[in-house]
Amino acid sequence: MSPTVVALSIISAIVAIGSIAGFSARFYHKMDLEQWTVGGRGFGTILVWLLMAGEIYTAFTFLGASGWAYSRGGPVLYILGYGPLMYVVSYYILPEVWEAGRRHNLQTLGDFFQSRYGRTHLSSFVALVGMVFLLPYVQLQLTGLGIIVEVASYGAIHRTPAIIIAFALVAGFVFVSGIRGVAWASVVKDFLLLFAALFIGIAIPYIYFGGIGKMFAALAHAKPEHLVMPGATKNLGHSWYVSSVLMTALGFFMWPHNFAAAFTARSGKILRRNAIFMPLYGITMPLMMFVGLTAVLVVPNLSNGDLALLTIVRKSFPAWFLGVIGGGGALTAMVPAAIQILAAATLFSKNICRPVLAPRMTDRQVAALAKIMVLVLTSGALYLAIHSAVSLVSLLLMGYAGVAQFFPGIVLGLCSKKVSGAGVFAGIVCGVAVVAFLILTNRDPWLGLNPGFIGLCLNLAVVGVISSMRPARVGEANAFSATVA
Amino acid sequence: MKRPSVGAIVLGLIPFAAVCFSVSLWDRIHPIVFGLPFNFFWLILWTLITPLCMWASYVLDEPREGEVSRDQDGQS
Repeated sequence: MSPTVVALSIISAIVAIGSIAGFSARFYHKMDLEQWTVGGRGFGTILVWLLMAGEIYTAFTFLGASGWAYSRGGPVLYILGYGPLMYVVSYYILPEVWEAGRRHNLQTLGDFFQSRYGRTHLSSFVALVGMVFLLPYVQLQLTGLGIIVEVASYGAIHRTPAIIIAFALVAGFVFVSGIRGVAWASVVKDFLLLFAALFIGIAIPYIYFGGIGKMFAALAHAKPEHLVMPGATKNLGHSWYVSSVLMTALGFFMWPHNFAAAFTARSGKILRRNAIFMPLYGITMPLMMFVGLTAVLVVPNLSNGDLALLTIVRKSFPAWFLGVIGGGGALTAMVPAAIQILAAATLFSKNICRPVLAPRMTDRQVAALAKIMVLVLTSGALYLAIHSAVSLVSLLLMGYAGVAQFFPGIVLGLCSKKVSGAGVFAGIVCGVAVVAFLILTNRDPWLGLNPGFIGLCLNLAVVGVISSMRPARVGEANAFSATVA
Repeated sequence: MKRPSVGAIVLGLIPFAAVCFSVSLWDRIHPIVFGLPFNFFWLILWTLITPLCMWASYVLDEPREGEVSRDQDGQS
């Protein structure tokens, strides 16, 4: 058998096992809207862990982190910086979010804004922004999947048909099983990725240099500037690091799917316990970076940094092993993509379509529309993935810059009654406008700062000024939650 | 679930100070520790220390929670 056939058969087998784990979840639960989107609010520590961990190990971890270590060097450290900090943030805010969710029966990010501020135009706008900025994240997974199949087929399969096949599978998978199926498919994916990360993170530096320490010694000798910021870039220095780490740590749970994952927990305490231990799960991140750094000296001059990890795996191991790594990688792209598509589709049908276009829709119709949106959104991301060539990390940062703008509306809204819907609306508009302007005019970073961070600062200022000039009407927030002080 | 106390919030700020705001102090190659450049070593170290801070924060607030616990344990 040719190496292409070996590698691709193993990848297909792994993807099949992961999908079966997901599909089988539906047989134990009746799938109504509540079950499909928030798993009936009955997940314990382990399932919540899996669902949230499903979001750490994505194609971004696997290919993006090693890719940036390879092409940018020092700035990749921002990933190690925000990793633990986002859980610190979640420790304090998610139990509050969960409490509000239980009290008001919330399923999505849009529901939260609707219930806290009582303004349909605000919640629909939030849902729209959330949906738009989820697209680059789904695109990231699709692009990653394309890279995996391209490298693992030794160039025999063009990535476009490969992406189409795999995403037909993802869409089908979301369709039938909903959030519970996704959580179970995560089990297979995380098991494989943990194994793969530990193994290649240690083995690859060992094969070429005799160990991680020796690899760093060689790199510190040959290219010392690559190991500190700004590395191979001109403008990703310390101010960029601080602004990106803050924006990402504050923005992580503002992702509609991560925010909604909080509602799947059985209690707020489960979320708090999870937040304590989750940072440990990110310990494989540096190993991925070690692989990327090894590749700097072993396979220099790759046209696309995101290819670094798989190229060096292909060079160092037999075809069957490339198949195992590729299969694990394919699941790490598919599972998060499924979670993200599910979140975007639910946002559309529940917070945009029903309140704005068709107020008389029943829950059953909302669920049906969400399933149609799964196909529409997947196709949208597919189109983007085929027609653009931005690095995986840049796609992620773009999405974060957008969703981080929800932070003031959620966190200030939980802390103070005075925060008004008008203020939050104006804040998000300003924040998103600044982000879009800076990114679209190639001012990223601007004055050495991350555009999302600049948008967030402006956003906070606007929310503060407008809410103090025109505080929320008496009674607007009272009904929301007893915990709003 | 009660709000975290001031002490619990301060414990959460420690990791922010260590891995975010102090970047110019630790972003360097030397001294090399366990074969890792200092910046990598420092961030990996804090990936391990952060759970300790959060655990301390949890323990600090735990006794206050005991009385009003409507939480039905979380094992699944």
